[in-house]
Amino acid sequence: MKFTLSWLKDHLDTEATLDQITDKLTALGLEVEGVQDRSKELAPFRVAHVVSAEKHPDADKLRVLVVDTGTEKLQVVCGAPNARAGLKGVFAAEGAYIPGSDITLKKGVIRGVESNGMMCSKRELKLSDEHDGIIELPEDAPVGASFADYAGLNDPVIDINLTPDRADCAGVRGIARDLAAAGLGRLKPLTEGRLNATPVAGSFPSPLGVTIEALDGCPMYVGRTIRGVKNGPSPQWMQDKLLAIGLRPISALVDITNYITFDVARPLHAFDADKVQGGIVVRMAREGESLKALNGKEYTLDPSMVVIADHARAEALGGIIGGEESGCTETTTTLFLEAAIFDTVRVAQAGRRLGVESDARYRLERGVDPAAVVEGVERATRLILEICGGEASDLVIAGAEPAWKRALTLRPGRVKSLGGVDLPHDRQVRILTDLGFTIEGEEDDGSLRVGVPSWRADVHGEADLVEEVLRVNGFDAIPATPLPRDTVLTRPALTLKQRRVAAARRALAARGLSEAVTWSFLASATAALFGASHEGLRLVNPISSDLDVMRPSVLPNLIQAAGRNADRGYPDVRLFEVGAAFRTPAPDGQDSVAAGIRAGAAVPRHWSEKTRPVDVFDAKADALAALEAAGAPTANLQVTTDAPGWYHPGRSGVLRLGPTVMARFGEIHPSILDTLGVKGPLAGFEVMLDTIPLPKKKTGTAKPMVQLSAFQPIERDFAFLVGQGVEADKILRAAKGADKALIKDATVFDVYQGAGVGEGQKSVAVSVTYQPTTATLTDEAIEAIGQKIVAAVIKATGGSLRG
Amino acid sequence: MLDALKDELLSLVNAAADLPALDEVRVNALGKKGRITGFMKELGGLSPDERKERGQALNALKDEIAAALDARKLDLAAAHMKARLEAERVDVTLPVRPETEGRIHPISQTMDEMIAIFAEMGFSVAEGPDVEDDFHNFTALNFPVGHPARDMHDTFYLPDADDKKMLLRTHTSPVQVRTMLNNKPPIRIVAPGRTYRSDYDMTHTPMFHQIEGLVIDEATNMGHLKGCLVEFCRAFFDVDDLPLRFRPSFFPFTEPSAEVDIGCLRKGGELKLGNYGDWLEILGCGMVHPNVLEACGIDSTKYQGFAFGMGVERVAMLKYGIPDLRTFFEADLRWLKHYGFVPLDIPNIAHGLTR
Repeated sequence: MKFTLSWLKDHLDTEATLDQITDKLTALGLEVEGVQDRSKELAPFRVAHVVSAEKHPDADKLRVLVVDTGTEKLQVVCGAPNARAGLKGVFAAEGAYIPGSDITLKKGVIRGVESNGMMCSKRELKLSDEHDGIIELPEDAPVGASFADYAGLNDPVIDINLTPDRADCAGVRGIARDLAAAGLGRLKPLTEGRLNATPVAGSFPSPLGVTIEALDGCPMYVGRTIRGVKNGPSPQWMQDKLLAIGLRPISALVDITNYITFDVARPLHAFDADKVQGGIVVRMAREGESLKALNGKEYTLDPSMVVIADHARAEALGGIIGGEESGCTETTTTLFLEAAIFDTVRVAQAGRRLGVESDARYRLERGVDPAAVVEGVERATRLILEICGGEASDLVIAGAEPAWKRALTLRPGRVKSLGGVDLPHDRQVRILTDLGFTIEGEEDDGSLRVGVPSWRADVHGEADLVEEVLRVNGFDAIPATPLPRDTVLTRPALTLKQRRVAAARRALAARGLSEAVTWSFLASATAALFGASHEGLRLVNPISSDLDVMRPSVLPNLIQAAGRNADRGYPDVRLFEVGAAFRTPAPDGQDSVAAGIRAGAAVPRHWSEKTRPVDVFDAKADALAALEAAGAPTANLQVTTDAPGWYHPGRSGVLRLGPTVMARFGEIHPSILDTLGVKGPLAGFEVMLDTIPLPKKKTGTAKPMVQLSAFQPIERDFAFLVGQGVEADKILRAAKGADKALIKDATVFDVYQGAGVGEGQKSVAVSVTYQPTTATLTDEAIEAIGQKIVAAVIKATGGSLRG
Repeated sequence: MLDALKDELLSLVNAAADLPALDEVRVNALGKKGRITGFMKELGGLSPDERKERGQALNALKDEIAAALDARKLDLAAAHMKARLEAERVDVTLPVRPETEGRIHPISQTMDEMIAIFAEMGFSVAEGPDVEDDFHNFTALNFPVGHPARDMHDTFYLPDADDKKMLLRTHTSPVQVRTMLNNKPPIRIVAPGRTYRSDYDMTHTPMFHQIEGLVIDEATNMGHLKGCLVEFCRAFFDVDDLPLRFRPSFFPFTEPSAEVDIGCLRKGGELKLGNYGDWLEILGCGMVHPNVLEACGIDSTKYQGFAFGMGVERVAMLKYGIPDLRTFFEADLRWLKHYGFVPLDIPNIAHGLTR
């Protein structure tokens, strides 16, 4: 919402400065987005008179002027073709900053002739793009006067960011009322001059009648015929106002409706009465009906939209935009003036559906003052009669003013108990009445019955009244009070589950993966490679087809990010993300997942290390580390080889606790990498953080007692020949199970296939650690355990001890 | 004669080039068949007086040679160590073995910082789903159907499910609703999370993060809201005298409502936070609207409180001088390395929040 300072002062009698006004507006919740004060920028420019103009002795196209600035006569060299004696123009002295060319004038010598300042073009003053010559002012322009004052450019334009609730401040008057209530002046009555809203007596009945067929969409319509008008340009003061806020003056009749729209947030429309056939009918649009609007566009309407029609066709889209056919033109002599109330929701929906932004829609979808419809028509009538002449008919009123009167209770302590500010009763009453609220009564306990003014449809309850009082008194006056604490020390803010997510995140970063945050959505074609998305997770209005479904897995975005990093010249990628993967649209249909990828070299080239590409075991290690950090019982997990299809079928696995999948890991399927255009090798994992079981309720903080043996552990190595398909896990489990009390650990230190090992066989070398607890092991005991291990492994795998 | 032997043995000791040679000298002199040992054996054939004299002389010689041997042994060991160390010399300017340390994304770090501060004020962390229905995202939050404020949210919609209009939450405020529906006051929570709006340009991304705060009890008023946010902003931005400005504003779910600006200075494309006279908007807040309390089954005549919400990326950008919002979601390793945080930097009030 834009307006000028002088426009504000039409309604507000004030001595306040521009800065005071803009500060107060923001403090009132009418946030000032910008102030364009041309008077500051144009301050150095004065009206001047060219006394003489002679040809420059050394340049054909330059003239040497003597300029009367009002205080002195100065010699100025000028290149403008229209520079001549007798011209009145705009002069800038040395030291002036020229906004249009971004320079500061210096005294100069041009081809040997001294020049003391400049006569300016419109472009140099940023008034327009014109630069063909210097500005020419009328002969009666006062020499020495401020050009900004003379040209009416001294009126600062204020732009406020209006919140959707403040329909009343979509007009200058509402803004003035707020400022007056906040002590910045007095609101002028609507009685004099251009504010005069005194009813005009009609001198004839309106030939055009109004019928409302859609009272839901338009509860009240006020109209009036005005005949014998002469439409032409509107007066300068009105044009200045409209131009200042960015509206193009069109003709007096159109400008007057625009002026009232911005002045009191009362949109009006003027039909050329001669083009309206039969009478005005307010009805719902017919299916497929079309309207050629004033903006030159043609709209196809539907029955949810209210139209203003005549007996032939729709002439305007109710509350949004007028039609071209029946609009006023320079030749209009009889007009029909309209002011109506429309259902705000219908206006908003129709405007949104058709994509029409208009000053009328802006106000009517917020809601206009239901009690000021007639007032708006009367003010416009007075202006039309004054500017365009003619005579007015009686008013035509269809429908009725919607009920708006209501009273709310404000308890005496409520401003303090909700707002935190202790304000005296009188001050509260004064603020409310200055805003137009009425005090309808006071109850025994001091509660006020407060009548809400017609223009404040946004005020519904006591909290709104508290806000009005607080707002006008200033939010600055609210004391900052510390939040009270129940206990001196606070309890932990995170649940165990939340802590586990945080721990997994930091553990993965500590392992060398960097955390990414990628979109929760992706392309449906990509999602299809990762198990596809539930149909209920396909966006109805995606921002692009690349982001049209919710992700079923966190991996694809990370894989694509790896590809982008490789394209930038960084092929060794280690990324993870902790976020949701989506199964269904239900509240429990999203899973908290920690997923990560490694691409390129696992060990980079280095003078002391052998480089190698990433593989499934990097991903497995990451998955186990994340699970461990998140509190999963990693020692008890089983590994199965049924990872989903986006993994390499022979180089992937699932970590599970019985039927519960806790993680999947592996190299990504090469054909999926091909489809995504990403170069392998690339290994990834997905840890399902929600599936990790929560520990049983602990009874204390103590850890179980540790038993530290006084005897040295002993390591013994065994090599087994087993079938190629036998899993190492099976061998290790069998070995560990051979003597659970004594065997502390078993691990694989070599796997060999080839010469010396039979076809279809492999040799797996295992190191087993015994930890005696009661006595040093004798040779016989060690031998006996070895035999138990060999027997257990052979039994479990069908293999043999390698000779 | 013993003098000559002594000189000879001492010169042999000094001439021994290494430990084995030295040992040979020892055996020759002091071993079972050594020369001094040989003289010792001859003592038995002497008269008592001679034996005494000769014995003393031999013992002295033996001690002297033994001492010389020990001294030489130390010298040789030192020389040997010196040679070994010289042979083991490496070029210590070579680069160390590669180790990688990952980074925590600035969004996570910023959220952790916020949680650390709010935890000190007695808030706990609540979460809710990204996929919501319009009851939780709008209706319960007092957005009337057709109200222009719904338009302003640029909502992403999903297909209707069970007669419910499904959408991606446009703010974290539905977590307020879920929390109030499931818990009795007093309530004091913050809810960080992903939010979505259909907007993509220099300063908007279709997904971003917010943190929501909610306090409900019988006595919390707007002064507490102010106190809470003043303390939060000063701690978070690490500026002790950071000024805050509360401006009246409008949100359907709060009444009164305010937007909060912090003091700043804009100069030459740089932004500095502090008491400099200029202002920068950072969050919205207000007293929870009675209609919201009632929609969530809380008696609005008994309970009241405040709510606030702010953009996580926005405050992270301000605090850490990150220039472009869109870069947060590009997973560019160079960016993550530069703007990310080392994993052991766990925000904590006791250690200080800002690195």
